[in-house]
Amino acid sequence: MSKVLITIDGKGFLADSEKTVLEVAKENHIYIPTLCNLEGIKPQGSCRICTCMIDGRMMTACTTPVNNGMVVVSKTDELDKLRSKIVELLFAEGNHFCPACERSGNCELQALAYLYKIMVPEFDYIFPNRDVDASHPKLIIDHNRCILCKRCIRRKREPENPTWFVFENRGNKVKINFDHELTSDMDDELAQKAMDTCPVGAIIRKEKGYDVPIGRRKYDLHPIGNDIEGKE
Amino acid sequence: MSEKQFQIPNRSHDGYGGGCSCDNSKIDAILTKYNNDRGRLMDILIEIQDSEGCVGEEAVAKIAEVFNMSKVDVVQTLSFYHFFSQKFRGKYTVYLNDSAVAEMMGRDEIAKAFEEAVGCKFGSVSEDGKIGLFNTSCIGMNDQEPSAIINQRVFTKLTKEKILKIVNGMKNDYDVEDLIGTDVQSNILLQGPILTKDTEVGEAIKKAISTSPESVIEEIKQSNLRGRGGAGFPTALKWRFCRNAEGKKHYIFCNADEGEPGTFKDRVILTERPRLLFEGMTIAGYAIGSDEGILYLRYEYKFMEKQLEEVLQELRDKGFLGKNIAGLDGFDFDIRIQFGGGAYVCGEESALLESAEGKRGEPRDRPPFPVVKGYLQQPTAVNNVETFCSVAKIMHKGAKWYRSLGTLDSTGSKLVSVSGDCDRPGIYEIEWGFTVKDVLNLVGAKDVQAVQVGGPSGKCIAPSEFNRKLAYEDLATGGSIIVVNNDRDLLNDIVLNFLDFFIEESCGSCVPCRAMTVQYKKKIQKIIDGKGVKNDITQMLSWEKVMHMNRCGLGQSACNPVISTINNFRELYESKLQKEEYISQFDLAAAVKESCETAGRIPNLGGNHE
Repeated sequence: MSKVLITIDGKGFLADSEKTVLEVAKENHIYIPTLCNLEGIKPQGSCRICTCMIDGRMMTACTTPVNNGMVVVSKTDELDKLRSKIVELLFAEGNHFCPACERSGNCELQALAYLYKIMVPEFDYIFPNRDVDASHPKLIIDHNRCILCKRCIRRKREPENPTWFVFENRGNKVKINFDHELTSDMDDELAQKAMDTCPVGAIIRKEKGYDVPIGRRKYDLHPIGNDIEGKE
Repeated sequence: MSEKQFQIPNRSHDGYGGGCSCDNSKIDAILTKYNNDRGRLMDILIEIQDSEGCVGEEAVAKIAEVFNMSKVDVVQTLSFYHFFSQKFRGKYTVYLNDSAVAEMMGRDEIAKAFEEAVGCKFGSVSEDGKIGLFNTSCIGMNDQEPSAIINQRVFTKLTKEKILKIVNGMKNDYDVEDLIGTDVQSNILLQGPILTKDTEVGEAIKKAISTSPESVIEEIKQSNLRGRGGAGFPTALKWRFCRNAEGKKHYIFCNADEGEPGTFKDRVILTERPRLLFEGMTIAGYAIGSDEGILYLRYEYKFMEKQLEEVLQELRDKGFLGKNIAGLDGFDFDIRIQFGGGAYVCGEESALLESAEGKRGEPRDRPPFPVVKGYLQQPTAVNNVETFCSVAKIMHKGAKWYRSLGTLDSTGSKLVSVSGDCDRPGIYEIEWGFTVKDVLNLVGAKDVQAVQVGGPSGKCIAPSEFNRKLAYEDLATGGSIIVVNNDRDLLNDIVLNFLDFFIEESCGSCVPCRAMTVQYKKKIQKIIDGKGVKNDITQMLSWEKVMHMNRCGLGQSACNPVISTINNFRELYESKLQKEEYISQFDLAAAVKESCETAGRIPNLGGNHE
């Protein structure tokens, strides 16, 4: 693997040429906020929150491979403002009632809202009519909370296996779905993995929850990104 | 043309559901026709939809079984496209265009006439299952609106009388060809260097192969030809990247997914000059080192299929497609047509490739670019219909000739599709550098309030800017020009319609594109309703930056209808802001309506609420 030199926020770093800007930033304790990205699954750049100025253009850090001489600006007031607008948009687009959600405190959307100190979105709440699908033996899909990040869709056990989770429709009518037949014998471990893949409370395990009380959960204790920045 | 032979399925209490009786043996035959190749899923879905009126549960299950896919994965692709449906859409399916220009030409009256004659509302199928009525985005007939597609046939300049005849024919099971004569016009009103017929078929190919592929690319470079889809990327550069990229195979794609509302020049080229286009693709194949070209054609243009296949066969017979083209040993190239399924975003080149692979038409992350990893992950050059035609003419008449046309930065000519409020809507081939005013004079436009240049993703300009030039360095355009006169309500008739278009056509992947377009619509509606305040305008302008975070051109430009009208018609916005001291945006009656209905309570709203 060859090495390249890149600059992030004015500092130079030696990086593996195979890696993305996001990965290189993380290795060097620079936190770039993400939502649709999850280590171990192919990045897709759909939430757009990790957008940085890369060689003068707005590009997503999670999908952009590093190049020799690349100049990345990951943190400015303006970028943070744009990112916070995306978080606001997501709150306005779905039905997110944090106090009643099993993922409160473990939710990346909520954690980002705290990070950006969001109070009331400047956007109109859409209050869409969305279903809760509790017909599966192990999982509940609460479409109200889904932010359509596609993590569940991109997480596949083996590339040649039939896809379990999918996107349906397009535009503001998109929603996730999954194959109930193929997943009918899903074990607890896989169900937990499905839930952990979701950044919010859209995929929830049945008959299990609130193991850790609200108040003592991951982002209750430390703001999102602190682990990367080495502040814990 | 395939006539639907199926049984109309049984109707359930909530209309025609997914339980339609797709004929299993027919589905088997369709799958076999495409060698059970998953990559041809689009073709398979199109054929099933066209022959059965839906892609029902049984068809989905069968496809899933053959391709070792989950059923939801089949639905994942099929639910993306406008013209595929899990629910039965009628023996005859009417798709009536709802683009801005269609509305301007009286589309609403036509819709009402259809509903009355058929006896069901748009978005549903008649009781007897015979006729389905559905809306659709621009079908490339803006110069002859209102128009509709019925079972792949296009019916233009619809009137109430025509509709009575059409509906009567459908009720009596007429063949779709016999409903009324179809009458798609080409309306070429000004010919320029591309449209003028001054070459023999194959001459450009012969000239190209008399030199090296590198020399062909050099000639195109010398001509300074830039992509005609709108973005204006230098064609020679794209080809060189593609030629130099390593792969098992190189592909040439022609982007004929002409979906930008108001654009119809590709339809006219494909009808009137298809040989020129195919020659251009063949020359690209030679230059890049590819033996396979694919014409990605929007489903709306399915009516051209037969004619285009005949032209392809004619070229094969003449030795200009197939093996050893024009007598050159080892130069093999052939072209197939890949139809889309109804999705504007597939005009974005990477989304087009995803679609051609049988997937949802979602744009890809870049890099890698299609020239490096395109169709089936192989190097692929995607060019516009008009670009390929220009290539053929450049090969024939030389780069020097081409450079003498247009401006320094924008060489050659441009086909513009003009529609809206003007006397002579149609196709005009002008040299780059013409001003908007020049075009307005050509088309006979009077009393003009605004001109939409480049479709919804372009700019809406005011009379003070009519001296601006159509050129990459000033007003770049893929070719759509919509004239709006002073009788129109710009915000309602144009801006709101365009926002609906973007909401409908977003792939739904990027957050700002999916969610912000809806927010823009709410704000515009608020202003139209007279409830807007100054801050609404400020906010809408500030959201533009967020929209620029989107992955593809569709998302990045989806705010343009709002931004360009605020910039150029600010007084119009300001005139609609609320005049009274304060009108609440909050509608109490609407807010409590659902809960009161559920609880069976009569709301006590006090005050002025009724």
